[in-house]
Amino acid sequence: MNESSIVDSALPISIRGLTKQYGQLYALDTVDLDIKSGEFLTLLGPSGSGKTTLLMAIAGFNRPDAGSIRFGDKEMILTPPHKREVGMVFQSYALFPHMSVAENIAYPLKLRRVNKSERRERVNKALDTVQLSGLGERHIDQLSGGQRQRVALARAFVFEPRILLMDEPLSALDKKLRERMQIELKDLHRQLGVTTVYVTHDQREALTMSDRIAVIDNGQLMQVDAPQVIYNQPSNAFVADFIGESTMIPLKRTGNELFVGDERVSSVPDTPAETDWSLVIRPERLMVEPGTADRDSTLFFNGTVKESVFQGETALLLVVLDDGTEVSVRSSTGTATPGITANPGSQVQLAIFRRDIIVVPTGNSQR
Amino acid sequence: MSWWRTPASSTQVTHGGRLWLYVLAAIIMILLIIPTFLVIPMSFSDSQYLEFPPETWSLRWYNEYFGSRKWMRATVVSLKIATATMMVATILGTMAAYALFVSGHRLAKRIFMLLITPMIVPVILIAIGTFYAFGKFGLNNTLTGLVIAHTALATPLVMIVITAALRSYDLNQERVAVSLGATRIKAFFQITLPQIKFSVVTAALLSFLTSFDEVIVAIFVSGGSTATLTKHMFSALRDYIDPTIAAISTIMVLVSTVLLLLTQAIGKK
Ligand SMILES: Nc1ncnc2c1ncn2[C@@H]1O[C@H](COP(=O)(O)OP(=O)(O)OP(=O)(O)O)[C@@H](O)[C@H]1O
Ligand SMILES: [Mg+2]
Repeated sequence: MNESSIVDSALPISIRGLTKQYGQLYALDTVDLDIKSGEFLTLLGPSGSGKTTLLMAIAGFNRPDAGSIRFGDKEMILTPPHKREVGMVFQSYALFPHMSVAENIAYPLKLRRVNKSERRERVNKALDTVQLSGLGERHIDQLSGGQRQRVALARAFVFEPRILLMDEPLSALDKKLRERMQIELKDLHRQLGVTTVYVTHDQREALTMSDRIAVIDNGQLMQVDAPQVIYNQPSNAFVADFIGESTMIPLKRTGNELFVGDERVSSVPDTPAETDWSLVIRPERLMVEPGTADRDSTLFFNGTVKESVFQGETALLLVVLDDGTEVSVRSSTGTATPGITANPGSQVQLAIFRRDIIVVPTGNSQR
Repeated sequence: MSWWRTPASSTQVTHGGRLWLYVLAAIIMILLIIPTFLVIPMSFSDSQYLEFPPETWSLRWYNEYFGSRKWMRATVVSLKIATATMMVATILGTMAAYALFVSGHRLAKRIFMLLITPMIVPVILIAIGTFYAFGKFGLNNTLTGLVIAHTALATPLVMIVITAALRSYDLNQERVAVSLGATRIKAFFQITLPQIKFSVVTAALLSFLTSFDEVIVAIFVSGGSTATLTKHMFSALRDYIDPTIAAISTIMVLVSTVLLLLTQAIGKK
């Protein structure tokens, strides 16, 4: 099997109006989502937001109350899970402890009646791919956490599924290993080219790995976009708040203009709904004591230093603005930034480039 | 120097401080084991009556047991019923435990409680109820009837053993198997069952012994050619004290012990 034929077998997923209710609770609320063929899409959201429910609906392990799930142009909503040809990796790995590593990986091939010699060949190739060559005879309880993770992965892709689903596959690993596995997983995805839906509640992981991120909250999709877009242009307050560190400053509206204090921030964005607006400030976009910056391209704030915290590669400055809002400013400790070590109680001036300004709707029009 | 001044382990109180525990444990063990240890020597007595300790020794009562058509027939009945009960109860109990464990239905807990009531209700009540119910269906004095009654008694044990096993099992394994292409039935037999098999064997053994040892229900619903070994033993005790039952009891203790050791050996593998 050459690589291009694997890529060809990847399938797009098209989800329409997917709804799943548990009693009064909407675990999924009319979800519409298009996942492109070969894409790495991450479902990101807080605990209980419905990520697992959506993933299990795609895998066929729960039956939604309404909606449609299509793989390619084939409706799958009534197809039982064992016929969906979807590889899955669980947080607990769920390896079969009564089988060896090789037997675990061979299991889906056995079910497909692949003959013995081809089976051995494909298991060995899968072991190579996840860098476990030679460990086939090991027992599951003789493996480390990272190795188990790789076996679970190999077992999920060895039968060349058209879709790969992973539910927080790295959350049981320590930080270092997790970061290495993120890169390996990404590599593997590039090699296999299989459509991948990945669940995490770790935003950094999502930003690192994904082609696109679907931010989900209370069973509703809040935004589906590339990581840069999600980070730089959040389309609502939830996404702005959930992704990255941020401070929200409510904006005052006068006519068609939005103000913070006396400073004009922007004109009111074009939306049909009547709503309140907030300014989103990322700590690393703020400059401390910018000196004589250009008023037209820069927005200024005055405040009092509350605390300054050294955090290793970066330093954090907590500043209370004159209107009472607390903002944090992050800057690299490698470059000498004037003011970042300012003493508590001293006055500082902060600034942000107008092109870095993010304005999001808040309050009443938000569903 | 003294043994009771040394700690039981490096983080524990001394043996002396634990003396009460050792004594208590010894008393409990003695109380549990004494009846068995009385019966065994009694079975080798040469006397007409049950006596302890025996004055003269012989295998007389073992000859009596193995030579008697009545006892042999009752033994075969008991073995048949115990085997059938074991198979039916193990299969039904495992299915019920699995279904209730997996379903997550809001009534699952209550159905579980309902199914294990035979363990809670006094057996004498079950016996009386079964006797009247079986009367309506013509099931009294039949092997089928006894198997049904014993299955009701044994199934709760099976369910408890299997549920305990499932609790320490990651059901996601079955899901993974299904996502890899196995039907649910295949996933159960290839993935789940091999991992709970020791519990299934234990449950089977327990249900076999439940039936084989059972006397109260048997007294009510079995008779004539379907009378069980335990029923005959009970009658033998009531009418005249026949030392044969000491011989039979000894054999039963031996068989139970061997079966238990066997399952433990299987479990260790
Ligand atoms: N079988 C169920 N019965 C009732 N409620 C359920 C069931 N499964 C999930 N829920 C509810 O549905 C909501 C979404 O659950 P889900 O497991 O999808 O969350 P999640 O985003 O995966 O969270 P986490 O990050 O904690 O894994 C939660 O409020 C959860 O309590
Ligand atoms: Mg989850």
